[in-house]
Amino acid sequence: MKIPGVSRTLSVLATLFGISIFVFLVLRVIPGDSITGAFGIETGALTPGQIAELRVYYGIDQSLLLQYISWIHSFLSGKLGFAYSTGVSVATLTKSSLPVTIELAIIGTVLGVVLGIAIGMFSAKKPGSSRDFAGQLFGLLALAIPGFVLSTGIVTVMANKFHYFPNGYEYMTPWENPWMNFQQMMFPGLVLGIAVAAPVMRTTRSALLETVDKDFVRTAHGKGVPNNKVQFRHVLRNSLIPIVTMTGIQFGYLLGGAVIVEKIFALPGMGRQILDAIMKREYATVQSSIMVFAIMFVLINVATDVIYRKIDPRIKK
Amino acid sequence: MKNKEIKTKGAIHYYLQSTSGVVGAVLVLIMVIVSICSIFGITPYDPVEQHIDNILQGPSAHFWFGTDDFGRDVFSRTLEGMRRSLTVSITAVSLATILGVTFGVLAGYAGKWFDQLVTRVSDVFFAFPAILLALAIVASLGNAWYDTALAIGVVYTPIFIRVARGPVLTVKEMDYIKISRVLGFSSFRILRKHIFPNVFAPIVVQIALSLSWAILTESGLSFLGLGTQPPTPSLGLMVSDAQPLAAFAWWTLVFPSLFITIVVVGLNLVGDGLRDALDPARRSS
Repeated sequence: MKIPGVSRTLSVLATLFGISIFVFLVLRVIPGDSITGAFGIETGALTPGQIAELRVYYGIDQSLLLQYISWIHSFLSGKLGFAYSTGVSVATLTKSSLPVTIELAIIGTVLGVVLGIAIGMFSAKKPGSSRDFAGQLFGLLALAIPGFVLSTGIVTVMANKFHYFPNGYEYMTPWENPWMNFQQMMFPGLVLGIAVAAPVMRTTRSALLETVDKDFVRTAHGKGVPNNKVQFRHVLRNSLIPIVTMTGIQFGYLLGGAVIVEKIFALPGMGRQILDAIMKREYATVQSSIMVFAIMFVLINVATDVIYRKIDPRIKK
Repeated sequence: MKNKEIKTKGAIHYYLQSTSGVVGAVLVLIMVIVSICSIFGITPYDPVEQHIDNILQGPSAHFWFGTDDFGRDVFSRTLEGMRRSLTVSITAVSLATILGVTFGVLAGYAGKWFDQLVTRVSDVFFAFPAILLALAIVASLGNAWYDTALAIGVVYTPIFIRVARGPVLTVKEMDYIKISRVLGFSSFRILRKHIFPNVFAPIVVQIALSLSWAILTESGLSFLGLGTQPPTPSLGLMVSDAQPLAAFAWWTLVFPSLFITIVVVGLNLVGDGLRDALDPARRSS
């Protein structure tokens, strides 16, 4: 007998295990280690005895396997490791930075999906027309203009022409100051939204064009269903599967895009946490933060599968 | 042999009929030509030469794209940056193509545990944010151009494994492959003559699209300060340097940004055009 969800859970765990090993090994190749990261050029002034003591302190005197086990142990125990430069656990850092990135990702995804589907429908209505051309041009430019260019452009124009730069102030959580938080999230969310919208728009357009020719759409028109209802209920609904797939894939890129956008808009999120940690060569922080991203990513994939089943009752397994 | 010629000719003919495909090819060609110019030093100025008397000059007959805050010629720097972006992207995508096609075709053809292993491993990395993995790899390897190329190449390999493996699985079960096997042809011959041609078209399309993503990833990494190091120009770094200047010296931001956008637009159009031209099923529509 097969218990539902078990094989799925196992494959999720296997994926996370694979990523953890990969990330761990990649960061071990770093020339220089936590000691050079912490002391910089002063490392040369340390005596061999001091270096040996520091190696014990940072735990890098142990074998790779032991280091891996101790990292995974601290990850699973909820502390996620220890960030030496700030003297707190990575979990403490993550507790304040993860909500920022999640909020940003939600805003970006919602904006991207709404914008992408709207423009895709707008484009697909009359293929080959000038409005289709405009829609496709949007899709192409949104794909081709890098997020950092768009962000830099927005910051320059807003700050210098309108003297408006909410991200110059200290970051506010939505609970402290909802209005300020909204202003600080608006533009980075928009930049990510546009990046998500481009592929969603392209997928929507081609999926709609494929569905529009199906018999059931002709039947719906034939039996006198109002056009708007046909478009949403029959055409869009049956085109949703590829759109959801694309949105799920985009979520991953969105997490990556967050690194750049958070840096430019000075948001204290996961992306900046990873970037700072890379600069400071803090293995534990980089590893654990990337693992947190990986878990989010895997959860999104599971969610996508659940949504599939909601959209299309024919998918059983 | 003759049949093959007709097939290629048909694809080229079909490609040339699509306006967007031709526009894309022209854009990419222009970028490649200016990059080649930069390799041979045919730029108006040395990209790192500082013209102290001409700091932050706007575009003029002397400095086509103006100068930056060190008095360096933005035009020469943009060309050099484009060349570096293309070098990294082409190296990275070549690496990903070779690794990905080899593993993808072998996995699809061999099946069994080898296929399981390759698919599992590539699934792990397939959808994971490329720039994050690249970030980790670049952080561990270093800032030289080949480090960035290696990082992007490794990250993109799973995409090519998937694209190459798919058609192999379909074709493998077809009668003509089974017959070849019965006739006693070696696996190598079957792979080369019967399997590989089916993988060719989707891979070519994937190469064009991956090149465009690789350019975005490369410039993103150098924007974050993890790619090319100053004073060597790179498009991402130029945009990053332009942040405090853009308000009063727009040219420092606009021109490098424009070049990235043009080459990415071009590569995407080429990718779409190739997909239509190489896929007979799409031609009728």
